[in-house]
Amino acid sequence: MAKAPIPTRKQQPWADPVHGVLRDFDIRQMAYVPDGGHARLIGLCLADPKMRSVLLTTEEEGVAQMAGAWLGGQRGVFLTQSGGVGNCINMLSVIQECRIPLLALVSMRGQWGETFPWQVPMGQGTQAALEAANVIVKHVDEADQVAETVRAAAAMAFNTSRAVAVVVSQRLTETGGRG
Amino acid sequence: MANAKRITLDRRKVVARVLRDRGDALLITGLGAPSFDAMAAGDSLNNFYVWSGMGSAVPFGLGLACAQPGRRVLTVTGDGEMLMGLGSLATVAVQRPANFAVVVIDNQRYGETGGQLTHTEFGVDIPAMAKGAGFREVATVYTNAELEEAVPLILKGEGPVFVTVKVRPEPAKIVLPPRDGPMMRHRFRANLLGEG
Ligand SMILES: Cc1ncc(C[n+]2csc(CCOP(=O)(O)OP(=O)(O)O)c2C)c(N)n1
Ligand SMILES: [Mg+2]
Repeated sequence: MAKAPIPTRKQQPWADPVHGVLRDFDIRQMAYVPDGGHARLIGLCLADPKMRSVLLTTEEEGVAQMAGAWLGGQRGVFLTQSGGVGNCINMLSVIQECRIPLLALVSMRGQWGETFPWQVPMGQGTQAALEAANVIVKHVDEADQVAETVRAAAAMAFNTSRAVAVVVSQRLTETGGRG
Repeated sequence: MANAKRITLDRRKVVARVLRDRGDALLITGLGAPSFDAMAAGDSLNNFYVWSGMGSAVPFGLGLACAQPGRRVLTVTGDGEMLMGLGSLATVAVQRPANFAVVVIDNQRYGETGGQLTHTEFGVDIPAMAKGAGFREVATVYTNAELEEAVPLILKGEGPVFVTVKVRPEPAKIVLPPRDGPMMRHRFRANLLGEG
């Protein structure tokens, strides 16, 4: 299978430390719809033999996938673009009603210097949508703070059985492609 | 696109038959009547009834099957619930979990909301979609003889397995499973993992 080029460490310097945090938390499933903002992290996870990468057709599957994984004793991480948050709203009702933990990493579009108009509506609504679904939101816009924010979010999600999303600013994700 | 074959199977008997020989298989049920069918067959600590998130039953089962490769994992759901998550068939096929089987109780109706027709009534063939996605084993069951053939496939066949069972449209009596989410997830994990 042909492999897509992975953004360099210089382009997305936060991805490698985040991958390290995921390993620290024994994250065993990574569910994703490809997105340029997460491209380096996705590449690192795909190459990690300890993680099963689950390619989704729509982001809402990822919420259910994470719930099933946790019921079965594995921790997972769910990677989505801001647009994908809109696809998840109803699925989040399952984990909220059951108090099943969820660790989500959201890469922003339509938020910082966006030049593509069709990304703006969902990007501007992403935080409100997460909060409407009772997801705890941690926004981060400095590259050297992404990993520690993911560490804090993971600690909170898995120890208090909450849904926590780390929202990564478009400032940090611009170089990952055009999606 | 009329369905040529006669539909005679009773959903309660079908689900009871599938679960009779389940052993320690883990079960995820889709919202509504399939959960009532599973409850009527007998509650179990290995059952998790999903009450919302229409379209979630298959990806929920997939996450569990990936986490528990040594256990059989079943998703039993309705045709309407399955139709809302058709893309998940592609996701399952790519993961190719050998321990996972999906059973669709297909009454060709949205039973819970008053029996409105689903797409399958008009000939939409969900098993053909599962086949196209790349499920290893796919079957459509109309008769008791076909059901007897399908049960070993569902419970032991190398997965991913997909079986649609065509059942009569009459709703069965409501047998309510537990509805408390934290209680259900606690009991499921305590039984499976020894932790809540
Ligand atoms: C997102 C969403 N849309 C609509 C509904 C309403 N609803 C509840 S049960 C159901 C029908 C389920 O049909 P099916 O899965 O075929 O089960 P059956 O009752 O026919 O066995 C619908 C449409 C819902 N719960 N959630
Ligand atoms: Mg139905």
